[in-house]
Amino acid sequence: MDPKLDLLYRLADDQLILGHRNSEWNGLGPILEEDIAFSSMAQDKLGHSLALYTLLHELGEAEPDTVAFTRNAPQFHCCQLVELPIGEYDFSLTRHFLFDHAELLRFEALATSSYEPLAQVARKLRGELKYHALHANTWMKRLGTATEEAIERMQNALNFTLPYALGIFEKTEAEAEIISSGLFIGEDELRSRWLESITKVLSQTALEVPDILALTPVAGGRYGQHTEHLQPLLDEMAEVFRLDPTADW
Amino acid sequence: MAVSLTYKIIMQNHANSHQLVAKSQIMDWLQAVKDPEIPTISLIDLGVVRRVEQDEHTGKVTVELTPTFAGCPAMDYMKRDVERTLLAHGVPAVEVNISMREAWTSDMLTEAGRQALRQHKLSPPPVLGNQVLDLDFLEYAECPNCNGNNTELRTPFGATLCRAVHYCHDCRQLFEQFKPV
Repeated sequence: MDPKLDLLYRLADDQLILGHRNSEWNGLGPILEEDIAFSSMAQDKLGHSLALYTLLHELGEAEPDTVAFTRNAPQFHCCQLVELPIGEYDFSLTRHFLFDHAELLRFEALATSSYEPLAQVARKLRGELKYHALHANTWMKRLGTATEEAIERMQNALNFTLPYALGIFEKTEAEAEIISSGLFIGEDELRSRWLESITKVLSQTALEVPDILALTPVAGGRYGQHTEHLQPLLDEMAEVFRLDPTADW
Repeated sequence: MAVSLTYKIIMQNHANSHQLVAKSQIMDWLQAVKDPEIPTISLIDLGVVRRVEQDEHTGKVTVELTPTFAGCPAMDYMKRDVERTLLAHGVPAVEVNISMREAWTSDMLTEAGRQALRQHKLSPPPVLGNQVLDLDFLEYAECPNCNGNNTELRTPFGATLCRAVHYCHDCRQLFEQFKPV
């Protein structure tokens, strides 16, 4: 696949799928502010996916709605982390923390991409992602230093989520060309910046950080291999669109 | 011969004046188009109108808008309101494009725009200049009710994507801030 398309599909699909998962907290958040926070982040992420699908459309791919709503799971390039069900709040917060730190650093790096249209979009999105990271940090620090039960739950969530989070950085065959053409700094460099960034926050909590690089990443998502959770998500997300794909909303 | 030439020039001027308008005139008309969610502020003062051009042959006006937040659901309404307003003033054709060519930052708010936000009881974002937007900076806001600075960020997500919720310890009220980006 063309390196630009390869990179854009991974970025856009991550945003769309996690955006949908975040929206599932709508009406269920543990407190009103958190309900609004996850709904707002869902709205942001859908906006981000639209901006990225629009770039793909400008490169000759189908319309954003067609790309978002008519593909099946094996055609998606998201990492498996984003497709997991929302679970308990400890898991959703931990996923949000691990994912959004990577996103903030990713789009900061993309702001100087050699592909100018992507750099323009990245310069926009990184400012918004700062709020996502701020929100995640607040809750990691609050719950990671709270009661024994809170700390234990956050620790379990962290241990469970980290191998999936490492799957964010799974490389594709286009990786070498992506780096050499100046499109992006590459997944290894991003992962090392991410490690530094999350460690800085986690060190301010009572949580123990395992030897992250010794963990086996849950990979495959970038090549269309997904958990059993993605297809039902897509069926639900596209249910109305597929009733009448030509309808004018 | 001389008479017909003069006549021709007059006719041409007439045709041009019918279609071509000064850019300042177009900007004046656009001042009437307000943010659909904050009726005190115009799209011009919000800083989302990035470019206005008129085709000198057809008179068609092209407007470039940029969203404050990428997921802003009000963009379609803004686009429609710009089109309607310019068409109502007799512009023969209007094209509105949404672009991130020049990404919006809260520094694009004009001084009049900041005043308009205060009128709506929204705390305007601090001016960032070239300084790096670190996370601590997002926590500062001035209370739009008592102008106090003894405030605290309660949640970075409010009623719309562009608003955060803060609490003022001086007048003991929650208030909303238009987020710095």
